[in-house]
Amino acid sequence: MTLPLFSPHDDPGPSFPGLLDKVGIDPSYKVSKAAADAGAEHGMTFTHGTTVVAARSTEGVVIAGDRRATSGNLISYRNMQKVFMADRWSGVAIAGAAGPAIEMVKMFQLQLEHYEKVEGHTLSLEGKANQLSQMVRQHLPAAMQGMVVVPIFAGFDRRRGRGRLFAYDVTGGRYEEEDHIASGSGSLHAKTVIKLGRGGSLGTEDTVNLLIRALFTAADDDSATGGPDSMRGIYPIVATITADGYQALEEDDIAARFATIIDEYTEANNQDRIANGEAV
Amino acid sequence: MNMPFYVAPEQVMKDRADYAQKGIARGRSLVAIEFDEGILICAENPSRNLKKISEIYDRIAFGGVGKYNEYDQLRIAGIRHADLKGYTYSRDDVDSQALANQYAQMLGQIFTHEMKPLEVEILVVAVGFERPGDRLFHIRYDGSVSDEDGFAALGGEADAIRERLTAANLDGLDAAGALKAAVAALSGPDRNIESGHLEVSLLDRLPEGRCFRRLENGEIAALLGSSAR
Repeated sequence: MTLPLFSPHDDPGPSFPGLLDKVGIDPSYKVSKAAADAGAEHGMTFTHGTTVVAARSTEGVVIAGDRRATSGNLISYRNMQKVFMADRWSGVAIAGAAGPAIEMVKMFQLQLEHYEKVEGHTLSLEGKANQLSQMVRQHLPAAMQGMVVVPIFAGFDRRRGRGRLFAYDVTGGRYEEEDHIASGSGSLHAKTVIKLGRGGSLGTEDTVNLLIRALFTAADDDSATGGPDSMRGIYPIVATITADGYQALEEDDIAARFATIIDEYTEANNQDRIANGEAV
Repeated sequence: MNMPFYVAPEQVMKDRADYAQKGIARGRSLVAIEFDEGILICAENPSRNLKKISEIYDRIAFGGVGKYNEYDQLRIAGIRHADLKGYTYSRDDVDSQALANQYAQMLGQIFTHEMKPLEVEILVVAVGFERPGDRLFHIRYDGSVSDEDGFAALGGEADAIRERLTAANLDGLDAAGALKAAVAALSGPDRNIESGHLEVSLLDRLPEGRCFRRLENGEIAALLGSSAR
């Protein structure tokens, strides 16, 4: 691999996708339209990742996602990672066709790092959100054929000193939300829980618990969303992003929080049965 | 028909080398020192914005002295080289030696074939997982590469700085100790460099991830004021 040098009018600047284009490498998250068409024609099912959520807290944002990937009615992976650190002060989570989604995240992370190194400072949070929007838009032809990728983006805006949330649609439309965002098949259930729990107005600790409850509920009602898997020790991923940066929660911590919820439900059920005069 | 004057190749090379050396000597110098917890890179730099030191990749940093626009172009080319390589293969496959060789080839090519050589000297620094894995590649304006051990000095006063560092005891330093040694070597016995005119970065010996860290003014002053090992 040689040193990539460009004349001033040909220079791709701090853009990594631009650099790939100049040196003639196809970005791997791009699915050609022909391939997507052929897939749709033959009724291929793609591996899909599901429910991811994020909510603002008083100190920043919390982002979380389950671990299940499905192909049609089958579970393809139980420990898929859907929540990623985008850079030190932001995180991205993906729902949709797993292959291109993971590649898109990889490209997004690289672009943020590349920009930071070339320019000597990071992109603004809004700049990062716009970069992701462009990537989703480029993916539109494949999305139209069923390979939909819909990410969510959350980060700490250091200039404004607060957390911010961005949701997307398949066309690359970018929507900033105040309280919470979600994407994927279980997002409807998850959003209801967050809304009723007044997500967006709580401290980091309470927001973490609320998102865990939201994922638990989504897994309870949506077959494509994975719940806590204590048998294999696989739990949803939760991360907080504050002025101190991106911090993923320890697995033991997440497991304990799920255990609390499960105990609570078990206890409530027992109380019901006692009230009905059944033996517990 | 006009015949160009014959100039002996030795003379051409000597003239170019003199030209490049003069350009480099106009700028301030830079040093890198290995220590147990990483590698410290320190440059005398009165400008707060035109940086001499930069991150290239997870474990690799860049230092340049001489003409800013020329070494900055090399710096960006290095970042592009590393990011493309990491994207095509994997992050583990980006290595400092390949990058140093690329720089050397390019500088050598320009030195022999272009009208004007680049007036720069650059340093490719890579921090290992253990101290023996550290790499310091010093690349000169004519493309010659040297693999330095323990410390490296670049710039017009590099020889004097190298002598001071050779004389100093660099065993068992911590970050503050390495910084003090670097500043003492850069300034020499007759001069004081104020901490605002120092550009300092660290490559921390981390097990994974991005090891490069730029020290802010406050951190530099604090390290210089602390008791060092």
